[in-house]
Formats: sequence, structure tokens, C-alpha cells
Amino acid sequence: MEKDTKAFQRVYTKLSQLTKATVSLNAKGIGYDELAIVDGRLAQVVKIMGDIVTLQIFGGTEGIATNAEVIFAGKSPTLKVGEDLAGRFFNAYGEPIEGGEIMGDEREIGGPSVNPVRRKQPSEFIPTGIAGIDLNNALVTGQKIPFFADPDQPYNQVMAMVALRAKADKIILAGMGLTRDDYLYFKNVFDNAGALDRIVGFINTTEDPPVERLLVPDMALSAAEYFAVEKNEKVLVLLTDMTLYSDALSIVSNRMDQIPSKDSMPGSLYSDLARLYEKAVQFPDGGSITIIAVTTLSGGDITHAVPDNTGYITEGQLFLRKDSDIGKVIVDPFRSLSRLKQLVIGKKTREDHPQVMNAAVRLYADAANAKTKQENGFDLTDYDERSLEFAKEYSSKLLAIDVNIETDQMLETAYGLFGKYFKPAEVGIRQEFVDKYWKNNK
Amino acid sequence: MNTIGNVTGIIANLVIVETEGTTAQNEICFIKHGDTRLMAEVIKVVGNKSYIQVFESTRGLKIGTEVEFMGHMLEVTLGPGILSKNFDGLQNDLNKMDGVFLKRGEYTDPLDMDKKYEFKPLAKEGDKVEAGSWLGEVRENWIPHKIMVPFKFKGGYTVKSLKKKGEYTPDEAIAVLIDSDGKEHKVTMVQKWPVKVPIRAYKDKPRPFKIMETGIRVMDTLNPMAEGGTGFIPGPFGSGKTVLQHNLSKNAEADLVVIAACGERANEVVEIFTEFPELEDPRSGRKLMERTTIIANTSNMPVAAREASVYTAMTISEYYRAMGLKVLLLADSTSRWAQALREMSNRMEELPGPDGFPMDLSAIIANFYARAGFVYLPDGESGSITFIGTVSPAGGNLKEPVTESTKKVARCFYALSQQRADSKRYPAIDPIESYSKYLEYPEIAEYLNKNISENWTESVLKAKDILLRGKEAYEQINILGDDGVPVDYHIRYWKSELIDFVILQQDAFDKVDASSSLERQDYMLRKTLEVTDFDFSFESFEDVGPYFKRMINALKQMNYSEFDSDKFKKNEKELEAILKEQEKEKVKEEAQ
Repeated sequence: MEKDTKAFQRVYTKLSQLTKATVSLNAKGIGYDELAIVDGRLAQVVKIMGDIVTLQIFGGTEGIATNAEVIFAGKSPTLKVGEDLAGRFFNAYGEPIEGGEIMGDEREIGGPSVNPVRRKQPSEFIPTGIAGIDLNNALVTGQKIPFFADPDQPYNQVMAMVALRAKADKIILAGMGLTRDDYLYFKNVFDNAGALDRIVGFINTTEDPPVERLLVPDMALSAAEYFAVEKNEKVLVLLTDMTLYSDALSIVSNRMDQIPSKDSMPGSLYSDLARLYEKAVQFPDGGSITIIAVTTLSGGDITHAVPDNTGYITEGQLFLRKDSDIGKVIVDPFRSLSRLKQLVIGKKTREDHPQVMNAAVRLYADAANAKTKQENGFDLTDYDERSLEFAKEYSSKLLAIDVNIETDQMLETAYGLFGKYFKPAEVGIRQEFVDKYWKNNK
Repeated sequence: MNTIGNVTGIIANLVIVETEGTTAQNEICFIKHGDTRLMAEVIKVVGNKSYIQVFESTRGLKIGTEVEFMGHMLEVTLGPGILSKNFDGLQNDLNKMDGVFLKRGEYTDPLDMDKKYEFKPLAKEGDKVEAGSWLGEVRENWIPHKIMVPFKFKGGYTVKSLKKKGEYTPDEAIAVLIDSDGKEHKVTMVQKWPVKVPIRAYKDKPRPFKIMETGIRVMDTLNPMAEGGTGFIPGPFGSGKTVLQHNLSKNAEADLVVIAACGERANEVVEIFTEFPELEDPRSGRKLMERTTIIANTSNMPVAAREASVYTAMTISEYYRAMGLKVLLLADSTSRWAQALREMSNRMEELPGPDGFPMDLSAIIANFYARAGFVYLPDGESGSITFIGTVSPAGGNLKEPVTESTKKVARCFYALSQQRADSKRYPAIDPIESYSKYLEYPEIAEYLNKNISENWTESVLKAKDILLRGKEAYEQINILGDDGVPVDYHIRYWKSELIDFVILQQDAFDKVDASSSLERQDYMLRKTLEVTDFDFSFESFEDVGPYFKRMINALKQMNYSEFDSDKFKKNEKELEAILKEQEKEKVKEEAQ
């Protein structure tokens, strides 16, 4: 961001109010959402009442004095976009972390929404090789979907894996409150895969002020829109972690004396999150923005305001869970859901995909019931025993995140397991598919 | 002369305007921001300050900017050409907008004023008419679109002259009316109406007395929706609300479907844009899009227009109802609308009600639901609006204010259960929690027994009873263990599972199973009850499940086959063969 003062810019030096995140002063002719530099720190107008302008300071107000210098920029936050972005990492203000300049056009971030009638229905399958995703929760370009995971789960690793296998033209990483370790991890993984020239990163680490995070997703999505609209590229945006982003929202709303709604989050949380996630889009000209996000949970609680609102906005969610029976992390088939999968499964994949998927999950549910029975000390029926055996193998051969196979192979594996443990009537899929694909191993 | 004011305060999309002139609650105004005009609505007036909510982003707006008050409330334009359009919440035609991105301050005409319509007069000179009387009709797609006396006209009028049969554009005067004072009024095909005010151009609004077929078994059979009735679908995310609503819009027996996509995902609207022009209406054989109108305020579109979007959709529905049509109005989701109210109430620093929602939320919801209904029109014809809204309860908790307020006013409750969704039992409508008050209406019961089959309601109650008893038996089995209960409990449980799998569950993505005719529903219910009426006997509880699963499989294959086809009959025979095995068992037992 430009910090040098231009001759015609008006400079103010008298602050009338200071809080932990905002300052107020008397100023005239200021536009809403306008940027300013307060004592060298970036700030944005969040409220104007008559002559009193309230600014939110992204870096926090520590040490700012009432006579601090305030310079208004006369514009909203912007990002310079161009091919030059590729292969580089930026801070929350869109400045290269390694230093240097960016050549490109200046764009306002947080721009307008796509007209819904100008969107195209997503229809391109994104294979990841992970059966817990491809078989049960297939991803589609233009989709937005978060991982719901507890902080101790390897969501960043899985996300990096998905990103690399997804064959995207550009991968845009938006790190909010990312630990420095994870930031370096992402950098290494992409580097080792030789994909660094396809990556653009906007990083706010835990070392940076939390309110700065609020700029990160808009920066990343503006870059994504540039590549998707102007270059017709398939862009994959990784947002991690949206819970920390929401925390920053609540800090700001708290400082502005707004009445908090559920879980101390601002009442506008739904709209704030939707504005970002809805940038996911499939354009008719082939460009697309797909968003994979992370929402960390506390103790698996999805009724908390952040995962709850997210669930209503995104097109499904992916749940990671450690399966103690096989000692691996799996994609939970019950709680995970990809809403757009219907657009590709059985259409872009084999015809029987939907039925196989549903049948396997239903049998896995039967196994869960059998397990409850077993834990309560009741006798198991023959069917219970078989479904428990099935569940174990299903979990390790298909649900585990270390699986990396083609979709057809996933279906074959499923039939293998069906045939090994069940009769066709117990599986309940359409007769014509049974005739065509069923494998009798028994 | 319109009132002019100046901006004195800005907090996000709440703007405070100081003016010396007159302003009114809910009055529309425009902020002259550079070359663009931003539309806004007055939501509070204190002294000479008007608080307005702007329907657009306020980025860059400055203190002192001029604001013009328009002297009317938010209005929609009613006339031929609404059908099959994609509007935003303020009735701008989205297809007429340029570019990929929505531009701030771009407003487009909802109708096509250059298009000529073939007009046919229905009234004649000298006729006494009133608001809502039919003067003539034009053809809109396949619908005989009535040209009515504008709803704003009060009292009685006499038709002075009427255009002859011929082609006219919507803005040409087609009639001249004389009021009681002898003053002349020109009438075109187009009229305007404020969205927040119900259109009351009808004679009578009786209790609903017939059902609206939806093709969804768990609704039609177990919890029927009445024509002109109201219902709501609350459910946690991922429980299939939207799939259910889309399925309703595809299969419901309605002349017209108005969909208010209120604060939901853009891709869901795109799905309608993409699929409806291709899909056929199972009843008329026409393309679904021909009967569908979409009001889209997706979650990334301006929040303030969200509230407007549901009212716009309701007003359009009322307009078509006044033409004697059966309208189905779907709103997904009313919670987003309530949240929009909350955001604004918060910015205005009002004292919050429960969960931060405004205190009058309950009254707002009740008033809105009350606008639906079956009506008799002035000339004896009838029309209806059936309204089904979804509710997205925070955290899936049905004790939150939006769900509770809605439950008080909606007559049908379709509770979506997370548990059913988790085990992929779709549609995930909970058979025990859900209800339709209409089933208790004697006029509806009579209608059902007359139009579907004798003793229909009795059969439905019986099926519900089996489901409840099955659930109880299942709980007992879970507490006492499989062998801790009599075999009879297992039979009871599996009977309810049979109804669950065959009647309740329905594959919305299967070509055949997606929609089931009433005739077919009647057949399947009777078939299922035939099975559950059977007096089964098993030696061990272990035999019950596998046996029932075979019957369920046969019945499910019937659901997947065209009604009365060879495949259907083949599967039915299979079922009978399975039942025969039990009969043989019985004979054996008795012989011993």
C-alpha cells in the first residue's frame, strides 16, 4: 500500500476517540469504506456521523497518540492484479512478503457480486483420488465447501493434497491466523510438487495483528476473480481458517458497541461469510472459482455460530474424524456432504455411482447401530457381525484419507466388499446394476 | 415536488438523511451518488432525520450527498410479461442487466413494454366494475392473463370504453373507466402495487377444503398440503430443505410457481435457471420454466433487498391469484429474511428481542403467512396461493424465534430430521414430529375419501400408528436387547421400517420415483397396509429382519418401475410369493 503523502491530500492530527481497534476524528468529505493511514498503519472508515469519522485500524491501536497523523487515501482497499501475482506470497495488504513491486492493474477488493443469470451450472468433476471425497462427496468446479475439523486434525495437509491433485490452473492460498509452521509447510509442499508458479498466497500468520485478517479473503478472491474472469482459468481458493476470520469480525463489532448475537458473533455473520463464499462461481467461458475452506470446531460442536452459519452458506461440508477401529483419519460419511455431487456422479462418473454410494453408507450406518448394540452388551446377529466386518474394511479401503485411486476403482472396491459380506437383497441397489456389476466373492 | 434531503450519517447500509420536507415510513428514496442513484427505503423518522436502509453497497458515499424522496412505498409493476422472468428482490429483470457483475444503481424494467399482446375484451361498455374486475385478457405463455381494474381503484366504476380485440403494447390504454363522480380514468395492462400491502380484491376467503397434490408421498399421503394452505419446512443444514423445495416446484399441482430465493446460495438459483427450461411439467407437458417465476436475492446480494424479495414474490402471487389461478409460492429461506431484519434493528440500536431479533418478528411473520389462502373472486371464480417457506434454525435448534413464530401460524409442519438425513433416508421428513392440521379438517377428510379412495384417512391414520408403534418397539429393543423382547416387537419394528422404506422414502433423483401420482400412492398405501395387516409368525427374531428386507426390496423395486408396467407387476408377484412363504409356515404350524 502506498504510504507516501501526496501534496493534495489533507492531513489530520487530532483524534477525538481511541479504542482498542478504532479511532475517531473530525474530518470532512470522506467516503464510506475509504482507506486511511493512521500513524503509518492502515485503517478503513467504518462509520460516519456528521463530521465524526470512525476508522478501524487493522494493525491495532497500540501506541497511537491523540495527535497521530491521519492521511485519507480517497479510495477503498485495492490490489494490483496481473500475471505477476503467480508464484508469490503477500501480506494482508497485498504487499509481497519477500519485498519488491507488483506490476498490474489496481482493483478494488470486495467488489460486486456476479449476476446469478450470468453464472453457469457447475458440472465439472474434480477428482482428488480420496475415496471419502470422490465416492461419497464428489467435488465440482465452482463449488464452495469447508472442512469441519477439530484443531488437532490434519486439515491443512489434506487441503494441500486436494489442491495439488485438483489440476487447477491457479491455487490461491488465503491464510488467516495461520501458524508460521503451517505457512512454511504449504510453501514446501507446493515447492516440492513443482507447483509454486501456480500458487498465489495471501498470508496473515499468528504473528500478525488479528484484525488484518479481515482483508485476506477479499484480497485472495479479487486475485481469483482476475484469473477466472480475465484469463478464463480454473482457480482453486483455499481459505484457512475461517473461524479465526470470524473471531476478527467479532472483535471489530465488539469494539463498535454492536449487540452481539449467538456465540458473541456479530448479527451480520451470515451475510459477512456469504459475501465471501458466494464468490465461488462457474463462468460460461470456462473460468471458475472453487473455494475449499477450513472451519475449525471446538470439540466437534457444529451448532456454534460459525460452523452453523457456514453450513447454511456452503455447498456441503467435509468432516474429518479419527476412526479408532483402524487408527486412521477418515472422511466421515455421515456428517460429510457435497451438495453439488448430484451434478456429476452417475453423469461424469459411472451410472451406478449414486446407488453404490448410498448403499455403502447405509450399510455403514447399520454397522454403527450394531456397534452400539455391542457396546451395550447385547448379542449380535449374523447380519450385525457381517456389517461390522464390512465397516472396518470399508473404512480402511475407502474412507481413509490416505487412499489415492481412480473413481472406477472405488466402485469396484465397493462391489468387492458388498459381495464379500452381503447378498444383493441386503444391499438394495437397482437390479440392473446388480446384474451388471455385482461380484460374488462368497 | 419531491422532498429533498442530505446525508448526515453512514453506518454500512444504514444512512441518516436530514430533510426539511415530508417523509413517510417505508417511503422509497434515491441517493444521488455520483452518476448512480442508489435506492433506499425509510425505516425510521426522528425529528427531521430519516433513517433509510440502502438496497445497495454504500462504499464511497459521502456526507452531504443529495437524497430524493419519491412519495411512494416500494412498489412492483404488475402486467403481462412477469411469467418465466428472473427478477432480483426489487423486481429488476436480471437478464436485462449488462455484464457478468451486478452494477450498483442499475435498475431495469420488469416488463417488456415494446412487446405486443393479443388483447381480448371480457367486459363490455356500461359494465359496473371494481378493483380486480376482469376487463379483458391477453395470452402470456399459455396462461390467459387477465387485465384487471387496478387494485388501487376504490369504489365502483363504469366501463366507458374498451379497446377492441387486437394487438397492443402493455402501456397502451385499453379501457376508460368512469368513477362515481363522473371522472374518467385510463387503464393500461400495467399497474403498480406497494408490496407490503396485501391485495384484497376478492370476495371471500374460506377455509381450505381440498388438497394440493405434490407427488411426494410423505406429504400427500401422510401430511397433505391444502390448496391455499400454509406450511413450513424447518431443518438443519444438509437435511435436504432445498432439494425438497425444488422437488415441490417441479411436481406440485399448480398453475404457477413463484420461487423466492431469499438469502440462499446462488448455485441453487442457477440450477433452476438451467434445469427448468429443459424439464417438463408432469401434468401439462409444458416446460417447467413456462410456469415459474424466480425472485432471486441470493446471499451475496444486498441484504436490505432480502426483506423486499419475499414481499415482491407474495405480491406477484396475489396478482396471479386474482386471475383465478392456483399459485404455489415457495420461499427459501424465511430465516434469512428475519436475519436481515435483525441486522438492521441492530444498526438502529433498537432494544433486541429474543436472540437479537426485533420484537415484532412474530407479528411480521404472521401477517405474511396470512396473505396466502384460497379465495373466491368477485365474479365467482376462485384462485389460491399455497405458501411453503423453509426455516433454517440456528444450530438445528427448533426452539429459536423464527421457527417458533412460524409454527404458530403455518398449518403444516414438515420437520426435517438430521438423524434421517444422516442415514440417507430422504426426504428426511420426520414422520412422527411432522403434522398437517388439514388432515383434521372435516372438509379435507371428506374431499380425500371422495377423491382418492374410501376410508383413505382411516388408512393414513393407521399407517401413522404403525410408525409410532414401530418407533416405540425399536426403543424397547435398544434398551432390552434383541432377545430381551418378544419376537412380536421385532415384527412391529419391521412393519414400521417397511412403511418407512416404501412410503416415506422417495428418490428425488430417480426419474420414476421422483413423483408419485395420487392413484399410485393410493395403490402403494393399500399394498403396504395389506402386508402390515398380515399376521406374521417367526421362530426367532433373527428371521424377521431378513424376511422383511426381501419384501421391502420387492416393494422398492415397484417404486422404481413405471406404474402398472410389466416390471411393476413382476415385482408385485415377487412380493406375493414372499408372503406365500409365511402362509405355508402358518399351515405347517397349525398342522403340528
